[in-house]
Amino acid sequence: MQTNPNFFKSIFNGRNAVIAIPYIWLLLLFLLPFIYVLKISFAETIYARPPYSSLLIWGDSWLPSIKASFDNYLFLFSDSLYIKAYLSSLKIAFISTILTLIIGYSIAYSVARAPTRWRGILLMLVILPFWTSFLIRVYAWIGILKTEGLLNLALMSIGIIEQPLMIMNTDLAVYIGIVYSYLPFMILPLYANLEKMDMSLLEAAADLGCRPFKAFWTVTVPLSLSGIIAGCFLVFIPVMGEFVIPDLLGGSETLMIGKVLWTEFFYNRDWPVASAVAILLLAILVVPIMLYQRSQEKAIS
Amino acid sequence: MKKFGSFNIFSLIVGFSFLYIPIILLILFSFNESRLVTVWGGFSTKWYGELLQNQGIKDAAWVTIKVAFFSSTIATILGTIAGLVMTRFGNFKGRTLFSGMIYAPMVMPEVIIGLSTLLMFVALAIDRGIFTVTLAHITFSMCYVAVVVQSRMSSYDDSLTEAALDLGCTPFRTFTLITLPIILPAVISGWLLSFTLSLDDLVIASFTSGPGSTTLPMKIYSMVRLGVTPEINAVSTILVGVVTLGVITASLIGRRQKQQTPKAQHT
Repeated sequence: MQTNPNFFKSIFNGRNAVIAIPYIWLLLLFLLPFIYVLKISFAETIYARPPYSSLLIWGDSWLPSIKASFDNYLFLFSDSLYIKAYLSSLKIAFISTILTLIIGYSIAYSVARAPTRWRGILLMLVILPFWTSFLIRVYAWIGILKTEGLLNLALMSIGIIEQPLMIMNTDLAVYIGIVYSYLPFMILPLYANLEKMDMSLLEAAADLGCRPFKAFWTVTVPLSLSGIIAGCFLVFIPVMGEFVIPDLLGGSETLMIGKVLWTEFFYNRDWPVASAVAILLLAILVVPIMLYQRSQEKAIS
Repeated sequence: MKKFGSFNIFSLIVGFSFLYIPIILLILFSFNESRLVTVWGGFSTKWYGELLQNQGIKDAAWVTIKVAFFSSTIATILGTIAGLVMTRFGNFKGRTLFSGMIYAPMVMPEVIIGLSTLLMFVALAIDRGIFTVTLAHITFSMCYVAVVVQSRMSSYDDSLTEAALDLGCTPFRTFTLITLPIILPAVISGWLLSFTLSLDDLVIASFTSGPGSTTLPMKIYSMVRLGVTPEINAVSTILVGVVTLGVITASLIGRRQKQQTPKAQHT
Protein backbone atom coordinates (compact mmCIF):
# COMPACT_ATOMS: atom_id res chain seq x y z
CA MET A 1 0.00 0.00 0.00
CA GLN A 2 1.30 3.39 -0.94
CA THR A 3 1.30 6.00 1.81
CA ASN A 4 0.13 9.36 0.72
CA PRO A 5 2.89 11.88 1.58
CA ASN A 6 0.29 14.64 1.88
CA PHE A 7 -1.29 12.74 4.72
CA PHE A 8 1.81 13.17 6.88
CA LYS A 9 2.26 16.72 5.72
CA SER A 10 -1.26 17.57 6.79
CA ILE A 11 -0.74 16.04 10.24
CA PHE A 12 2.61 17.69 10.90
CA ASN A 13 1.67 21.16 9.78
CA GLY A 14 2.16 24.24 11.93
CA ARG A 15 -1.44 24.44 13.04
CA ASN A 16 -1.45 20.94 14.46
CA ALA A 17 1.92 21.50 16.10
CA VAL A 18 0.50 24.52 17.95
CA ILE A 19 -2.50 22.50 19.11
CA ALA A 20 -0.26 19.60 20.09
CA ILE A 21 1.92 21.53 22.57
CA PRO A 22 -0.72 22.21 25.27
CA TYR A 23 -2.72 19.14 24.27
CA ILE A 24 0.08 16.66 24.86
CA TRP A 25 1.07 18.38 28.10
CA LEU A 26 -2.46 18.02 29.50
CA LEU A 27 -2.77 14.43 28.24
CA LEU A 28 0.48 13.46 29.99
CA LEU A 29 0.10 15.43 33.23
CA PHE A 30 -3.64 15.63 33.74
CA LEU A 31 -5.33 12.68 32.03
CA LEU A 32 -2.65 9.99 32.20
CA PRO A 33 -2.35 10.23 36.03
CA PHE A 34 -6.00 9.15 36.35
CA ILE A 35 -5.17 5.90 34.59
CA TYR A 36 -2.57 5.23 37.26
CA VAL A 37 -5.07 5.99 40.05
CA LEU A 38 -7.55 3.62 38.42
CA LYS A 39 -4.89 0.94 38.09
CA ILE A 40 -3.66 1.23 41.67
CA SER A 41 -7.22 1.22 43.02
CA PHE A 42 -7.35 -2.43 41.87
CA ALA A 43 -4.03 -3.34 43.48
CA GLU A 44 -3.29 -4.68 46.93
CA THR A 45 -1.48 -2.91 49.71
CA ILE A 46 1.91 -4.47 50.36
CA TYR A 47 4.85 -3.51 52.52
CA ALA A 48 7.21 -2.41 49.82
CA ARG A 49 8.25 0.59 47.85
CA PRO A 50 5.93 1.57 46.20
CA PRO A 51 3.37 0.15 48.65
CA TYR A 52 1.07 -1.56 46.17
CA SER A 53 1.11 -4.83 44.26
CA SER A 54 1.59 -5.11 40.54
CA LEU A 55 -1.47 -5.92 38.43
CA LEU A 56 0.51 -7.86 35.87
CA ILE A 57 2.03 -11.13 37.06
CA TRP A 58 4.76 -12.48 34.79
CA GLY A 59 4.42 -16.24 35.13
CA ASP A 60 5.78 -19.13 33.10
CA SER A 61 3.80 -18.32 30.01
CA TRP A 62 4.85 -15.48 27.73
CA LEU A 63 1.64 -13.58 28.48
CA PRO A 64 1.32 -11.94 31.90
CA SER A 65 -1.76 -12.76 33.91
CA ILE A 66 -3.80 -9.92 35.29
CA LYS A 67 -4.39 -9.85 39.01
CA ALA A 68 -6.92 -7.16 39.76
CA SER A 69 -9.01 -7.13 42.87
CA PHE A 70 -12.15 -5.25 43.77
CA ASP A 71 -11.29 -5.60 47.46
CA ASN A 72 -10.61 -1.89 47.92
CA TYR A 73 -14.03 -0.95 46.58
CA LEU A 74 -15.73 -3.69 48.61
CA PHE A 75 -13.89 -2.36 51.62
CA LEU A 76 -15.24 1.16 51.01
CA PHE A 77 -18.79 -0.22 51.00
CA SER A 78 -18.31 -2.54 53.96
CA ASP A 79 -16.93 0.10 56.34
CA SER A 80 -19.67 2.64 57.08
CA LEU A 81 -17.04 5.35 57.66
CA TYR A 82 -16.54 5.86 53.93
CA ILE A 83 -20.24 5.94 52.99
CA LYS A 84 -20.86 8.39 55.83
CA ALA A 85 -17.96 10.55 54.68
CA TYR A 86 -19.29 10.71 51.09
CA LEU A 87 -22.81 11.55 52.31
CA SER A 88 -21.53 14.09 54.81
CA SER A 89 -19.37 15.75 52.11
CA LEU A 90 -22.42 15.95 49.84
CA LYS A 91 -24.45 17.52 52.65
CA ILE A 92 -21.75 20.02 53.62
CA ALA A 93 -21.04 20.92 49.98
CA PHE A 94 -24.76 21.35 49.26
CA ILE A 95 -25.57 23.50 52.30
CA SER A 96 -22.47 25.65 51.94
CA THR A 97 -23.18 26.19 48.23
CA ILE A 98 -26.66 27.50 49.12
CA LEU A 99 -25.25 29.73 51.89
CA THR A 100 -22.51 31.05 49.58
CA LEU A 101 -25.10 31.71 46.87
CA ILE A 102 -27.33 33.75 49.20
CA ILE A 103 -24.47 35.84 50.61
CA GLY A 104 -22.63 36.06 47.28
CA TYR A 105 -25.74 37.10 45.38
CA SER A 106 -26.48 40.02 47.67
CA ILE A 107 -22.87 41.25 47.47
CA ALA A 108 -22.67 40.77 43.68
CA TYR A 109 -26.04 42.49 43.24
CA SER A 110 -25.01 45.48 45.32
CA VAL A 111 -21.65 45.82 43.55
CA ALA A 112 -23.38 45.65 40.16
CA ARG A 113 -25.88 48.35 41.19
CA ALA A 114 -23.27 50.63 42.75
CA PRO A 115 -22.42 53.91 40.98
CA THR A 116 -20.16 53.16 37.99
CA ARG A 117 -17.09 54.92 39.42
CA TRP A 118 -17.26 52.74 42.54
CA ARG A 119 -17.66 49.42 40.75
CA GLY A 120 -14.03 48.98 39.75
CA ILE A 121 -12.70 49.41 43.27
CA LEU A 122 -15.49 47.29 44.80
CA LEU A 123 -14.81 44.49 42.35
CA MET A 124 -11.10 44.69 43.14
CA LEU A 125 -11.96 44.38 46.84
CA VAL A 126 -13.87 41.18 46.02
CA ILE A 127 -11.00 39.75 43.97
CA LEU A 128 -8.21 40.62 46.41
CA PRO A 129 -9.04 37.92 49.01
CA PHE A 130 -9.34 35.41 46.15
CA TRP A 131 -5.66 35.99 45.36
CA THR A 132 -4.65 35.75 49.01
CA SER A 133 -3.54 32.37 50.26
CA PHE A 134 -6.34 29.95 51.00
CA LEU A 135 -4.42 28.46 53.92
CA ILE A 136 -3.84 31.89 55.49
CA ARG A 137 -7.50 32.82 55.17
CA VAL A 138 -8.55 29.61 56.89
CA TYR A 139 -5.87 30.09 59.54
CA ALA A 140 -7.20 33.59 60.25
CA TRP A 141 -10.48 32.06 61.45
CA ILE A 142 -8.79 29.84 64.04
CA GLY A 143 -7.80 32.88 66.12
CA ILE A 144 -11.32 34.25 65.83
CA LEU A 145 -13.39 31.12 66.46
CA LYS A 146 -11.49 29.18 69.10
CA THR A 147 -12.86 29.00 72.64
CA GLU A 148 -10.54 31.71 73.97
CA GLY A 149 -10.60 33.45 70.57
CA LEU A 150 -11.45 36.96 69.50
CA LEU A 151 -15.15 36.38 68.79
CA ASN A 152 -15.81 34.93 72.24
CA LEU A 153 -13.73 37.66 73.91
CA ALA A 154 -15.67 40.36 72.07
CA LEU A 155 -19.09 38.85 72.76
CA MET A 156 -18.28 38.25 76.44
CA SER A 157 -16.90 41.75 76.97
CA ILE A 158 -20.09 43.28 75.56
CA GLY A 159 -22.07 40.92 77.76
CA ILE A 160 -24.07 39.14 75.07
CA ILE A 161 -22.87 35.75 76.27
CA GLU A 162 -21.50 34.56 79.60
CA GLN A 163 -20.02 31.24 78.51
CA PRO A 164 -17.76 31.07 75.48
CA LEU A 165 -19.41 29.65 72.35
CA MET A 166 -17.99 26.34 71.17
CA ILE A 167 -17.70 27.02 67.44
CA MET A 168 -14.16 25.87 66.70
CA ASN A 169 -13.89 22.17 65.77
CA THR A 170 -17.57 21.91 64.85
CA ASP A 171 -19.42 21.70 61.54
CA LEU A 172 -20.45 25.35 62.01
CA ALA A 173 -16.78 26.40 61.86
CA VAL A 174 -16.42 24.35 58.65
CA TYR A 175 -19.41 26.14 57.09
CA ILE A 176 -18.01 29.54 58.06
CA GLY A 177 -14.61 28.61 56.60
CA ILE A 178 -16.08 27.30 53.34
CA VAL A 179 -18.42 30.25 52.78
CA TYR A 180 -15.60 32.66 53.55
CA SER A 181 -13.03 30.96 51.31
CA TYR A 182 -15.30 30.29 48.33
CA LEU A 183 -17.28 33.56 48.36
CA PRO A 184 -15.20 35.25 45.61
CA PHE A 185 -15.75 32.21 43.30
CA MET A 186 -19.50 32.81 43.66
CA ILE A 187 -19.45 36.60 43.42
CA LEU A 188 -17.36 36.89 40.23
CA PRO A 189 -19.62 34.94 37.81
CA LEU A 190 -22.73 36.48 39.39
CA TYR A 191 -21.32 39.99 39.05
CA ALA A 192 -20.30 39.42 35.43
CA ASN A 193 -23.89 38.44 34.75
CA LEU A 194 -25.69 41.10 36.78
CA GLU A 195 -23.49 43.90 35.46
CA LYS A 196 -24.43 43.12 31.85
CA MET A 197 -28.13 43.08 32.64
CA ASP A 198 -30.34 45.48 30.73
CA MET A 199 -31.81 47.80 33.36
CA SER A 200 -34.59 48.92 31.04
CA LEU A 201 -36.23 45.52 31.59
CA LEU A 202 -36.64 46.35 35.29
CA GLU A 203 -37.95 49.79 34.41
CA ALA A 204 -40.44 48.19 32.05
CA ALA A 205 -41.57 45.84 34.81
CA ALA A 206 -41.94 48.78 37.21
CA ASP A 207 -43.87 50.82 34.61
CA LEU A 208 -46.24 47.92 34.16
CA GLY A 209 -46.92 47.94 37.88
CA CYS A 210 -44.62 45.14 39.02
CA ARG A 211 -43.42 45.56 42.60
CA PRO A 212 -39.58 45.62 43.02
CA PHE A 213 -39.51 42.36 44.95
CA LYS A 214 -41.54 40.52 42.34
CA ALA A 215 -39.49 42.11 39.55
CA PHE A 216 -36.37 40.77 41.24
CA TRP A 217 -37.72 37.20 41.25
CA THR A 218 -39.29 37.25 37.81
CA VAL A 219 -36.72 39.35 35.90
CA THR A 220 -33.36 39.63 37.66
CA VAL A 221 -32.98 36.07 38.98
CA PRO A 222 -33.94 34.26 35.74
CA LEU A 223 -31.64 36.54 33.73
CA SER A 224 -28.70 35.80 36.03
CA LEU A 225 -29.32 32.05 35.97
CA SER A 226 -26.15 31.23 34.01
CA GLY A 227 -24.09 33.12 36.61
CA ILE A 228 -25.86 31.25 39.41
CA ILE A 229 -25.12 27.91 37.74
CA ALA A 230 -21.45 28.73 37.13
CA GLY A 231 -20.98 30.02 40.69
CA CYS A 232 -22.66 26.99 42.26
CA PHE A 233 -20.47 24.57 40.29
CA LEU A 234 -17.35 26.54 41.18
CA VAL A 235 -18.22 26.14 44.85
CA PHE A 236 -19.88 22.73 45.02
CA ILE A 237 -17.33 20.64 43.09
CA PRO A 238 -14.13 21.66 44.90
CA VAL A 239 -15.85 21.73 48.30
CA MET A 240 -16.78 18.05 47.83
CA GLY A 241 -13.08 17.19 48.06
CA GLU A 242 -12.07 19.94 50.47
CA PHE A 243 -9.29 18.99 52.86
CA VAL A 244 -7.77 22.11 54.46
CA ILE A 245 -10.97 23.58 55.94
CA PRO A 246 -12.35 20.44 57.65
CA ASP A 247 -8.84 19.58 58.82
CA LEU A 248 -8.09 22.95 60.44
CA LEU A 249 -11.54 24.17 61.50
CA GLY A 250 -13.56 20.96 61.81
CA GLY A 251 -13.62 18.57 64.71
CA SER A 252 -13.02 14.86 64.95
CA GLU A 253 -16.66 14.18 64.06
CA THR A 254 -16.54 16.35 60.92
CA LEU A 255 -16.37 13.74 58.19
CA MET A 256 -15.33 14.83 54.73
CA ILE A 257 -14.04 12.57 52.02
CA GLY A 258 -11.06 14.80 51.16
CA LYS A 259 -9.82 14.40 54.71
CA VAL A 260 -10.41 10.64 54.60
CA LEU A 261 -8.37 10.39 51.40
CA TRP A 262 -5.56 12.43 52.98
CA THR A 263 -5.54 10.22 56.08
CA GLU A 264 -5.50 7.00 54.04
CA PHE A 265 -2.60 8.28 51.99
CA PHE A 266 -0.39 10.12 54.46
CA TYR A 267 -1.12 8.41 57.79
CA ASN A 268 -2.24 4.87 56.93
CA ARG A 269 -0.02 4.76 53.82
CA ASP A 270 -2.74 2.73 52.14
CA TRP A 271 -2.34 3.93 48.56
CA PRO A 272 -4.77 1.45 46.93
CA VAL A 273 -7.62 2.42 49.29
CA ALA A 274 -6.81 6.14 48.83
CA SER A 275 -6.97 5.55 45.06
CA ALA A 276 -10.34 3.81 45.33
CA VAL A 277 -11.63 6.73 47.43
CA ALA A 278 -10.44 9.15 44.72
CA ILE A 279 -12.01 7.12 41.90
CA LEU A 280 -15.39 7.01 43.66
CA LEU A 281 -15.22 10.75 44.36
CA LEU A 282 -14.38 11.32 40.71
CA ALA A 283 -17.35 9.16 39.68
CA ILE A 284 -19.63 11.36 41.80
CA LEU A 285 -18.16 14.56 40.37
CA VAL A 286 -17.80 13.64 36.71
CA VAL A 287 -21.34 14.72 35.79
CA PRO A 288 -21.16 18.09 37.60
CA ILE A 289 -17.72 18.73 36.05
CA MET A 290 -19.04 18.03 32.54
CA LEU A 291 -22.08 20.23 33.14
CA TYR A 292 -19.75 22.98 34.33
CA GLN A 293 -17.58 22.63 31.23
CA ARG A 294 -20.64 22.85 28.99
CA SER A 295 -21.97 25.94 30.76
CA GLN A 296 -18.55 27.62 30.39
CA GLU A 297 -18.30 26.80 26.69
CA LYS A 298 -21.77 28.19 26.13
CA ALA A 299 -20.80 31.38 27.95
CA ILE A 300 -17.76 31.85 25.70
CA SER A 301 -19.52 31.26 22.38
CA MET B 1 -30.69 55.71 37.32
CA LYS B 2 -32.35 54.12 40.28
CA LYS B 3 -31.32 55.13 43.78
CA PHE B 4 -28.61 53.03 45.40
CA GLY B 5 -30.81 51.70 48.18
CA SER B 6 -30.12 51.04 51.82
CA PHE B 7 -30.20 47.28 51.20
CA ASN B 8 -27.25 47.62 48.86
CA ILE B 9 -25.27 49.72 51.33
CA PHE B 10 -26.03 47.25 54.11
CA SER B 11 -25.02 44.20 52.06
CA LEU B 12 -21.79 45.86 50.92
CA ILE B 13 -20.82 46.84 54.47
CA VAL B 14 -21.64 43.43 55.94
CA GLY B 15 -20.15 41.56 52.97
CA PHE B 16 -16.85 43.41 52.93
CA SER B 17 -16.56 43.29 56.73
CA PHE B 18 -16.93 39.52 56.51
CA LEU B 19 -14.29 39.33 53.78
CA TYR B 20 -11.78 41.68 55.40
CA ILE B 21 -12.07 41.58 59.21
CA PRO B 22 -10.33 38.18 59.53
CA ILE B 23 -7.39 39.32 57.38
CA ILE B 24 -7.12 42.66 59.20
CA LEU B 25 -7.12 40.92 62.59
CA LEU B 26 -4.47 38.50 61.32
CA ILE B 27 -2.23 41.39 60.27
CA LEU B 28 -2.91 43.34 63.48
CA PHE B 29 -1.87 40.46 65.72
CA SER B 30 1.36 39.91 63.82
CA PHE B 31 2.51 43.18 65.47
CA ASN B 32 1.52 41.99 68.94
CA GLU B 33 4.16 42.01 71.67
CA SER B 34 2.50 39.11 73.49
CA ARG B 35 2.92 35.50 72.43
CA LEU B 36 -0.83 35.05 72.95
CA VAL B 37 -2.58 35.75 69.70
CA THR B 38 -5.77 36.99 71.34
CA VAL B 39 -4.42 39.37 73.99
CA TRP B 40 -2.99 42.69 72.87
CA GLY B 41 0.36 43.30 74.61
CA GLY B 42 1.57 46.39 72.76
CA PHE B 43 3.09 47.05 69.33
CA SER B 44 6.18 45.11 68.36
CA THR B 45 7.91 43.85 65.24
CA LYS B 46 9.84 41.17 67.09
CA TRP B 47 8.00 38.28 65.36
CA TYR B 48 9.30 39.50 62.02
CA GLY B 49 12.79 39.47 63.51
CA GLU B 50 12.29 35.92 64.69
CA LEU B 51 11.10 34.96 61.25
CA LEU B 52 14.47 36.04 59.85
CA GLN B 53 16.17 33.68 62.29
CA ASN B 54 13.99 30.74 61.26
CA GLN B 55 16.05 28.80 58.72
CA GLY B 56 13.21 26.36 58.01
CA ILE B 57 10.89 29.16 56.89
CA LYS B 58 13.61 30.84 54.83
CA ASP B 59 14.44 27.58 53.04
CA ALA B 60 10.75 26.90 52.39
CA ALA B 61 10.25 30.45 51.09
CA TRP B 62 13.15 30.03 48.66
CA VAL B 63 11.77 26.71 47.37
CA THR B 64 8.35 28.32 46.94
CA ILE B 65 9.70 31.30 45.02
CA LYS B 66 11.68 29.05 42.67
CA VAL B 67 8.69 26.78 42.03
CA ALA B 68 6.31 29.72 41.59
CA PHE B 69 8.64 31.53 39.18
CA PHE B 70 9.34 28.58 36.89
CA SER B 71 5.85 27.11 37.00
CA SER B 72 4.11 30.42 36.31
CA THR B 73 6.44 31.27 33.43
CA ILE B 74 5.99 27.92 31.68
CA ALA B 75 2.26 27.86 32.52
CA THR B 76 1.86 31.29 30.93
CA ILE B 77 3.45 30.11 27.67
CA LEU B 78 1.44 26.88 27.54
CA GLY B 79 -1.76 28.57 28.74
CA THR B 80 -1.51 31.37 26.18
CA ILE B 81 -1.14 28.80 23.40
CA ALA B 82 -4.09 26.87 24.84
CA GLY B 83 -6.23 30.03 24.99
CA LEU B 84 -5.32 30.77 21.38
CA VAL B 85 -6.23 27.23 20.35
CA MET B 86 -9.59 27.46 22.13
CA THR B 87 -10.63 30.71 20.43
CA ARG B 88 -8.96 30.86 17.02
CA PHE B 89 -8.60 27.26 15.86
CA GLY B 90 -12.25 26.46 15.26
CA ASN B 91 -13.31 22.87 15.51
CA PHE B 92 -10.43 20.42 15.47
CA LYS B 93 -10.44 16.74 16.29
CA GLY B 94 -10.56 16.20 20.06
CA ARG B 95 -11.62 19.74 20.88
CA THR B 96 -14.16 18.61 23.50
CA LEU B 97 -11.54 16.60 25.33
CA PHE B 98 -9.16 19.55 25.13
CA SER B 99 -11.62 22.02 26.62
CA GLY B 100 -12.54 19.41 29.22
CA MET B 101 -8.90 19.20 30.26
CA ILE B 102 -8.77 23.01 30.46
CA TYR B 103 -11.88 23.44 32.61
CA ALA B 104 -11.74 20.33 34.79
CA PRO B 105 -8.53 21.17 36.74
CA MET B 106 -10.07 24.46 37.90
CA VAL B 107 -12.88 22.72 39.79
CA MET B 108 -11.35 19.27 40.38
CA PRO B 109 -10.70 18.72 44.11
CA GLU B 110 -7.02 19.23 44.80
CA VAL B 111 -6.68 15.93 46.67
CA ILE B 112 -7.58 14.05 43.47
CA ILE B 113 -5.12 16.02 41.31
CA GLY B 114 -2.39 15.67 43.93
CA LEU B 115 -2.86 11.94 44.44
CA SER B 116 -3.11 11.08 40.76
CA THR B 117 -0.07 13.14 39.76
CA LEU B 118 1.98 11.62 42.55
CA LEU B 119 0.97 8.05 41.65
CA MET B 120 2.11 8.64 38.10
CA PHE B 121 5.47 10.04 39.23
CA VAL B 122 5.97 7.02 41.50
CA ALA B 123 4.97 4.55 38.76
CA LEU B 124 7.38 6.18 36.33
CA ALA B 125 10.08 6.23 39.05
CA ILE B 126 10.53 10.01 38.83
CA ASP B 127 12.18 11.29 42.00
CA ARG B 128 9.97 13.69 43.90
CA GLY B 129 11.28 17.18 44.53
CA ILE B 130 11.15 20.75 43.25
CA PHE B 131 10.91 19.44 39.69
CA THR B 132 7.76 17.36 40.28
CA VAL B 133 6.01 20.13 42.25
CA THR B 134 6.79 22.53 39.38
CA LEU B 135 5.34 20.11 36.80
CA ALA B 136 2.15 19.71 38.83
CA HIS B 137 1.80 23.47 39.32
CA ILE B 138 2.30 24.17 35.61
CA THR B 139 -0.53 21.78 34.80
CA PHE B 140 -3.25 23.45 36.85
CA SER B 141 -1.95 27.01 36.41
CA MET B 142 -1.92 26.81 32.60
CA CYS B 143 -5.67 26.17 32.66
CA TYR B 144 -6.29 29.44 34.50
CA VAL B 145 -4.01 31.28 32.06
CA ALA B 146 -5.88 29.67 29.14
CA VAL B 147 -9.23 30.90 30.46
CA VAL B 148 -7.97 34.44 31.14
CA VAL B 149 -6.37 34.66 27.68
CA GLN B 150 -9.43 33.10 26.06
CA SER B 151 -11.79 35.69 27.49
CA ARG B 152 -9.53 38.50 26.24
CA MET B 153 -9.22 36.86 22.81
CA SER B 154 -12.96 36.49 22.36
CA SER B 155 -13.54 40.16 23.24
CA TYR B 156 -11.37 41.71 20.51
CA ASP B 157 -11.93 42.05 16.82
CA ASP B 158 -10.37 39.32 14.69
CA SER B 159 -10.21 41.47 11.56
CA LEU B 160 -6.72 42.78 12.40
CA THR B 161 -5.23 39.29 12.36
CA GLU B 162 -7.12 38.46 9.18
CA ALA B 163 -5.83 41.61 7.51
CA ALA B 164 -2.25 40.76 8.46
CA LEU B 165 -2.59 37.22 7.16
CA ASP B 166 -4.20 38.48 3.91
CA LEU B 167 -1.27 40.83 3.41
CA GLY B 168 1.11 37.90 3.55
CA CYS B 169 2.27 38.04 7.15
CA THR B 170 3.22 34.59 8.46
CA PRO B 171 1.02 33.20 11.25
CA PHE B 172 3.90 33.40 13.73
CA ARG B 173 4.70 37.04 12.91
CA THR B 174 1.00 37.87 13.03
CA PHE B 175 0.91 36.44 16.51
CA THR B 176 3.95 38.33 17.80
CA LEU B 177 3.13 41.62 16.04
CA ILE B 178 -0.63 41.83 16.46
CA THR B 179 -2.22 39.23 18.72
CA LEU B 180 0.35 39.26 21.51
CA PRO B 181 0.38 43.06 22.07
CA ILE B 182 -3.43 43.04 22.24
CA ILE B 183 -3.70 40.17 24.69
CA LEU B 184 -0.63 41.21 26.72
CA PRO B 185 -2.61 42.45 29.76
CA ALA B 186 -4.33 39.05 29.94
CA VAL B 187 -0.99 37.27 29.59
CA ILE B 188 0.52 39.35 32.39
CA SER B 189 -2.42 38.82 34.72
CA GLY B 190 -2.31 35.14 33.80
CA TRP B 191 1.33 35.03 34.90
CA LEU B 192 0.53 36.80 38.17
CA LEU B 193 -2.42 34.50 38.79
CA SER B 194 -0.24 31.42 38.17
CA PHE B 195 2.44 32.83 40.46
CA THR B 196 0.02 33.33 43.36
CA LEU B 197 -1.72 30.00 42.74
CA SER B 198 1.65 28.29 43.02
CA LEU B 199 2.57 30.39 46.06
CA ASP B 200 -0.67 29.33 47.78
CA ASP B 201 -0.88 25.67 46.98
CA LEU B 202 -0.70 23.31 49.94
CA VAL B 203 -2.50 20.15 48.90
CA ILE B 204 -0.94 19.39 45.51
CA ALA B 205 2.54 20.35 46.76
CA SER B 206 2.14 18.04 49.78
CA PHE B 207 1.51 15.09 47.47
CA THR B 208 4.11 15.84 44.82
CA SER B 209 7.04 17.21 46.82
CA GLY B 210 9.84 15.14 48.23
CA PRO B 211 12.38 15.51 51.00
CA GLY B 212 14.14 18.87 50.79
CA SER B 213 11.41 20.51 48.74
CA THR B 214 9.08 21.66 51.51
CA THR B 215 7.18 24.69 50.25
CA LEU B 216 6.12 27.64 52.38
CA PRO B 217 2.43 26.61 52.61
CA MET B 218 3.56 23.14 53.73
CA LYS B 219 5.77 24.73 56.38
CA ILE B 220 2.97 27.06 57.52
CA TYR B 221 0.54 24.14 57.62
CA SER B 222 2.82 22.09 59.87
CA MET B 223 3.21 25.15 62.15
CA VAL B 224 -0.57 25.78 62.23
CA ARG B 225 -1.17 22.19 63.29
CA LEU B 226 0.94 22.89 66.38
CA GLY B 227 -1.13 25.96 67.25
CA VAL B 228 -1.70 29.62 66.51
CA THR B 229 1.50 31.66 66.93
CA PRO B 230 2.48 35.25 66.08
CA GLU B 231 5.22 33.95 63.74
CA ILE B 232 2.55 32.43 61.51
CA ASN B 233 0.72 35.75 61.57
CA ALA B 234 3.93 37.52 60.59
CA VAL B 235 4.76 35.24 57.67
CA SER B 236 1.10 35.40 56.56
CA THR B 237 1.18 39.20 56.67
CA ILE B 238 4.24 39.25 54.41
CA LEU B 239 2.53 36.92 51.93
CA VAL B 240 -0.68 38.97 51.98
CA GLY B 241 1.37 42.14 51.44
CA VAL B 242 3.27 40.68 48.46
CA VAL B 243 0.08 39.43 46.82
CA THR B 244 -1.79 42.71 47.42
CA LEU B 245 1.03 44.70 45.83
CA GLY B 246 1.04 42.31 42.87
CA VAL B 247 -2.72 42.55 42.33
CA ILE B 248 -2.73 46.35 42.53
CA THR B 249 0.20 46.55 40.08
CA ALA B 250 -1.57 44.17 37.71
CA SER B 251 -4.79 46.17 37.80
CA LEU B 252 -2.89 49.41 37.16
CA ILE B 253 -1.17 47.79 34.15
CA GLY B 254 -4.56 46.57 32.96
CA ARG B 255 -6.09 50.04 33.32
CA ARG B 256 -3.25 51.75 31.42
CA GLN B 257 -3.48 49.15 28.69
CA LYS B 258 -7.25 49.67 28.47
CA GLN B 259 -6.79 53.41 28.06
CA GLN B 260 -4.17 52.89 25.36
CA THR B 261 -5.97 50.24 23.32
CA PRO B 262 -8.75 52.45 21.85
CA LYS B 263 -6.17 55.08 20.89
CA ALA B 264 -3.99 52.48 19.19
CA GLN B 265 -6.94 51.21 17.21
CA HIS B 266 -7.78 54.66 15.86
CA THR B 267 -4.31 55.66 14.70
